[in-house]
Amino acid sequence: MPLLKLFGSDLVPALEEPLQEVSLEDWCDNPQAHADATALVIENDIGVEHIAEDLSSFGIIILMFPTFKDGRAYSQARLLRERFGYTGEIRARGDVLRDQALFMVRCGFDAFEFAGDDAFAASTALAELSFAYQPASDRAEPVWRRRLDRPAAA
Amino acid sequence: MYRYDEFDATLVGERVAQFRGQVERRLSGALSEEQFKPLRLMNGLYLQLHAYMLRVAVPYGTLSSRQMRKLAYVARKYDKGYGHFTTRQNIQYNWPALVDVPDILDDLAEVEMHAIQTSGNCIRNVTSDQYAGAAADEVEDPRIWCEVIRQWSTFHPEFTYLPRKFKIAVTASQNDRAAIRLHDIGLRIHKNDAGETGFEVIVGGGLGRTPYIGHTIREFLPKKHLLSYLEAVLRVYNLEGRRDNLYKARIKILVNAGGVEKFTDLVEAEWTAIRKSEIDLPTEEIERIRAYFTPPDFEDLPAESAVLEQKRKGEAAFARWLRVNTVAHKTPGYAIVNISLKPVGGIPGDISDVQMEAVADLAAQYSQDEIRATHEQNLVLPHVKKDDLYVVWQALTVQDLATPNIRLVSDIIACPGLDYCTLANTRSIPIAQRISERFSDLEQQEDIGELKIKISGCINACGHHHVGHIGILGVDKKGEEFYQITLGGSGAEDASLGEIVGRGLSSGDAVGAVEKLVHYYRNNRQDNERFIDTYRRLGADPFKEALYAAA
Ligand code: SF4
Repeated sequence: MPLLKLFGSDLVPALEEPLQEVSLEDWCDNPQAHADATALVIENDIGVEHIAEDLSSFGIIILMFPTFKDGRAYSQARLLRERFGYTGEIRARGDVLRDQALFMVRCGFDAFEFAGDDAFAASTALAELSFAYQPASDRAEPVWRRRLDRPAAA
Repeated sequence: MYRYDEFDATLVGERVAQFRGQVERRLSGALSEEQFKPLRLMNGLYLQLHAYMLRVAVPYGTLSSRQMRKLAYVARKYDKGYGHFTTRQNIQYNWPALVDVPDILDDLAEVEMHAIQTSGNCIRNVTSDQYAGAAADEVEDPRIWCEVIRQWSTFHPEFTYLPRKFKIAVTASQNDRAAIRLHDIGLRIHKNDAGETGFEVIVGGGLGRTPYIGHTIREFLPKKHLLSYLEAVLRVYNLEGRRDNLYKARIKILVNAGGVEKFTDLVEAEWTAIRKSEIDLPTEEIERIRAYFTPPDFEDLPAESAVLEQKRKGEAAFARWLRVNTVAHKTPGYAIVNISLKPVGGIPGDISDVQMEAVADLAAQYSQDEIRATHEQNLVLPHVKKDDLYVVWQALTVQDLATPNIRLVSDIIACPGLDYCTLANTRSIPIAQRISERFSDLEQQEDIGELKIKISGCINACGHHHVGHIGILGVDKKGEEFYQITLGGSGAEDASLGEIVGRGLSSGDAVGAVEKLVHYYRNNRQDNERFIDTYRRLGADPFKEALYAAA
């Protein structure tokens, strides 16, 4: 289960530092008891707005993919980034596979606990599509903006 | 029609390359079938009863001649010489080999076609009115907005693993030919009191085992906000939709479980938070897309055609076809031609490569190079000069594409059923074939008038039986095939869900049942009532009686 992190447009292997994890429920019940927590784990059936006030307490937020087909964490990540302005690490955990990596990056994930053995191919997967039609958390320039910027056809 | 620019072309090309890699990994064993499944589904590839099935997108049902020729080529080269138009305005090939699929996709990409998001739990190909751009009754061409949605929804990073598939339909007419009340989202372009055009937003319609008619959650959405509003609906659904039960995962369940008001509040709150973001397109981009849908250069023609009138008088068969299969065009001197893919005893929606080539030729010569696929599994030549109708009819007749039965009793929708589908209880196609044989008399069909029969081989309702004037549903009772009749459904602007009448019937009796129902209707209709009108006036009981009376 290698850990990869996003650097520029590449995924690179990262050292797995030990984390002091706390779940969102436990944190909300009693923040003082978890003052030393370094990572917040949010299950995918919980609204991220519950933590909006305390986001600055965490450098790492872990979002869950119980199966890769369960896509709730994509929305959670975008909300954390775009609505609540979270700038720390958002890490994908669970059924995290190469073929979803691009979408995860677009939604604001920048760290990945890869399941499966093709983790190192994930970096190539990020480059498989050159453009995006729609804006998302990665700030990729949407196609319509590129169209506006291109020189008028001669 | 819309043409790809370098961005669209690059993305489709890259997608094919990506899928080629995924197929290679599957064939080499690097991917298990379980891992491969969602990837192939995102590319329209299903595993059916006997073989793979490839579903190719026909965005909002619009095709050029060149594209139709390519579809014919694919049918010839990689399939058994035919294709099958579906109720989603798409085309399916029932016999491709897995190794060939990347090549097929490459061939399709040459003509700006693809199979992206034609399956899987993502936003599917957007459907529309098959008469868009030609209909006399439309506010504007809805395909402009279909194309806007196509681009926004393509590879949407947040909405590719939704609880379930997601279908959007757009119309710009009072007469709903796109079944917008039966989609996850239906959009109707209309004018408000101030004379501005915008969308009525309808959410939560759908068929399947728990059918619902959609609810209007917004009467009027200014057009420029379309994408941010859709994004708000999709986000609420992605986060809140059920994922614990496949059959409760569609948005219709979410909308109806908590009530429309609660759902609407969630959407409006989400929309308020995102509407100022960059999601909505700037006017320049909308105008760029709109320009592709500029109407063709129609000639200045008299409203009536002398040639046509002369032929109409001379040939009864031609006159009948004109009455039944052609529709008023918005431009004087032109008509919309429906091509029936429902010949007597045929398989609804099936078309051979030779027929596809013929349709492509006719479109090139007589219909501004345009063809449409309809959700009722027929085709349309949208812009034919009245002067040309006779030759077009002759050419269609030679190809067995001129059966004058549009909207009539033999214009049946049938799902693939047990002939292809792994989920089926019963066969659908043979029932459709037998009904159409039983009612092969054209004069009788025309006298019966509009009558929509829809057949599904199981409760998943791909044949839309709930909204058939007469619906037929295949059920399995202790290993035996039975058919359940529903009555009174409609998928149009007067949308309603059919009611089940009585016990299931054997396949032989199901065909006879339709005959009895039709017989009862003909004896009891008033004036120009359609079957559905008579049913609504008299209620279910007399029809039930007619159906089950000692035979
Ligand atoms: S209705 Fe049932 S049998 Fe027919 S295609 Fe759908 S799943 Fe298959």
